[in-house]
Amino acid sequence: MSNTADFRVCPDTGFKIHLPADKLIKWNAVTAIVFLLIGGLFGIAIALTRWPAVHLLPADMFYLALTAHGFNVLLVWCIFFEVALLYFTSAVLLNVRLATPKLAWLGYILMLGGAIMTNIAVLRGDSSVMFTSYVPMKAAPDFYLGIILFAVGALLGCMVFFGTLVIAKREKTYEGSVPLVTFGAIVAAVIAVFTILSGAAILLPTLLWSVDFVGHIDTVMYKVIWWAMGHSSQQVNVAAHIAVWYALAAILFGAKPLSEKVSRTAFLLYILFLQLASAHHLLVEPGLSAEYKIFNTSYAIYLAVLGSMIHGLTIPGAVEAAQRKKGFNKGLFEWLRKAPWGNPAFSGFALSVVMFGFLGGITGVMMGTEQLNIIIHNTIYVPGHFHATVVTGTTLTFMALCWWLVPVLWQKELMFPGLAKWQPYLFGIGMGLASIFMMGAGTLGVPRRHWDINFADAIMGYDFPGAAHLMMALNGVAAVVGSIGGAIFILCMVGTVFFGKAKVPAPASEEPPQAEGAAAISSHGGSGTLAVPGTFVLAMVFLISFILYYFVNWKYLSGVWGLS
Amino acid sequence: MAIFPPKEKVWWNEPIERTEILWVSIALVWCLIMFFMMPYWHIVGDQNLTNEAYKITAEKFAERTEAFAEKYQVREEGDTGIPVVKPPAGSDIYMLGRLWEWWPVLELEKDQTYRLHLSSLDWQHGFSLLPENINIQVHPDYEMIVTITPNRAGEYSIVCNEFCGIGHHTMVGKIYVVDK
Repeated sequence: MSNTADFRVCPDTGFKIHLPADKLIKWNAVTAIVFLLIGGLFGIAIALTRWPAVHLLPADMFYLALTAHGFNVLLVWCIFFEVALLYFTSAVLLNVRLATPKLAWLGYILMLGGAIMTNIAVLRGDSSVMFTSYVPMKAAPDFYLGIILFAVGALLGCMVFFGTLVIAKREKTYEGSVPLVTFGAIVAAVIAVFTILSGAAILLPTLLWSVDFVGHIDTVMYKVIWWAMGHSSQQVNVAAHIAVWYALAAILFGAKPLSEKVSRTAFLLYILFLQLASAHHLLVEPGLSAEYKIFNTSYAIYLAVLGSMIHGLTIPGAVEAAQRKKGFNKGLFEWLRKAPWGNPAFSGFALSVVMFGFLGGITGVMMGTEQLNIIIHNTIYVPGHFHATVVTGTTLTFMALCWWLVPVLWQKELMFPGLAKWQPYLFGIGMGLASIFMMGAGTLGVPRRHWDINFADAIMGYDFPGAAHLMMALNGVAAVVGSIGGAIFILCMVGTVFFGKAKVPAPASEEPPQAEGAAAISSHGGSGTLAVPGTFVLAMVFLISFILYYFVNWKYLSGVWGLS
Repeated sequence: MAIFPPKEKVWWNEPIERTEILWVSIALVWCLIMFFMMPYWHIVGDQNLTNEAYKITAEKFAERTEAFAEKYQVREEGDTGIPVVKPPAGSDIYMLGRLWEWWPVLELEKDQTYRLHLSSLDWQHGFSLLPENINIQVHPDYEMIVTITPNRAGEYSIVCNEFCGIGHHTMVGKIYVVDK
């Protein structure tokens, strides 16, 4: 049992916060945001280079920037923030001390050191091998070593999280089951352990190969195992940001899950099936059988997709039920119209749910279909898809949480609240459009990771249709709009943390969010909740879009050259 | 609320909202349809990739491709010095990827079927046939054999869409498809 002096009580939420956990959450979150800034700057340089009329960077710098962009945002930003989330969902939500803070700090230092080491290797210019570092292209040894150290640090973070759960259970700091949000975080952490072990299985031999200790690495085997890490790390993001969606629904609306059973089962489907799908990246590779591809790419009959479709209903459904209980009962959508669209925590949450589903989810399943992948693989459609999932899904969700979490955790007034209102729209819609334009260009065959689609220096060229050039230009414009949103986020966050005015204790009239929620929702459980017709209509719109888009692509496929 | 432990300790026994049951059932049916589309297309569809692939060394694949090009060369592509190769319909044809070219240029007949052998002599490359937008990953040490049936006459380009170093964006090849 730790001393109560090690805790503070959060004036906004009533949670008992362990001071070492408090500090670790803050440091991990701030570090995440710094790497988001670094990665984002590389990102905007890339979008401006791929805008044919601007063509900002020279070729070598472009490929360097691509490598740095992928590493810093896809890996470093997401995982630093997720470590902060793991500590938050364990120590704070369960009112318990964090297990072994010293080990957590060691993890932090390893992650930071590893991230810096890999960045130095990339910036030196001798490791422009892309984030995926496909063999036999070779990076400098410290490129791989940095990623390995980063992963070891993240693994320590997961262990501290699991340790904290054990302490909470043993010290009985909560009753019954862990909260749904913590359950989602457990799912993320379990997938993270699988991810990191897969990463170790491939990056350790690759490191040895880069110093000539191992002679040969099979290129197909490399991709099978590398993507067991690469794809699963995105599933960590998905599980984490869905947990955050449930948290935001609870914080903003006092919403509770329509049913614990359904939501938790949906999360469980992730653990069971989501770490498949390495084959999403291997559908047009030699040496793998169609049976393996079909089983793996569909997460065993799309059961993980089923999980996501369930969350897609239950999260807006929980919000609808809570709003209806507050009396927003008119018609199908009053609950949605009367939602706090001026609160960036809500608008970011709402936009990310919609765009992750429509732009990221539908396209991901479509291009992960064995045969349909033939007309998608390695075109810029692929980055279009994953900017929808990782940027408008995960990143926008984490930003939405920050609008609430940072002022509460630091107990400071948010700086520039007027600007903050616009942030989710600028960032979300800007990046959503960038995704759409990339996907559009991809359907015309524009390659990803390509410096010059005008082929100025090539012996033979290819004339892309005007629409392809136009869409790459519009992608640049949309990315600029998105980066303005990104800049506002960073400005407000850095401003609040370092220069924000200390919060005055909340006046009595302003009730803490969970009190409001507890009052709004009397009993727990499915039968007690109202029906959610609005959400069901939205879900059917989603399903119909999904079906149409899926079969339109089969139609496209059926028109190309015969292949067998 | 989702940030607190469930109020009922035994939440498993709570009844499920009807909307949820309906949606889960619909979603499950859709998942099954999507799953069975893949094997179904293997049976009825005309666009499927084979499992046919062999291990091969770069030297051996280069040797075979050169012998193939020499045997069926009909002209050179402009002033590039790259041979244009017109193999007989139905035969085995070869194309190699290397830093930074697709070699040789092929001339094929419309509606004829060919067994296209693909491999890389160095790093991985991406065979992206445009404007068809057919994309196949090409690995070193693996020879993949894809049976292709061009269905429209015209000039096609092969753009490399797997990053392969500083000259990646200059790596373009060509296939002509002519009427019989």
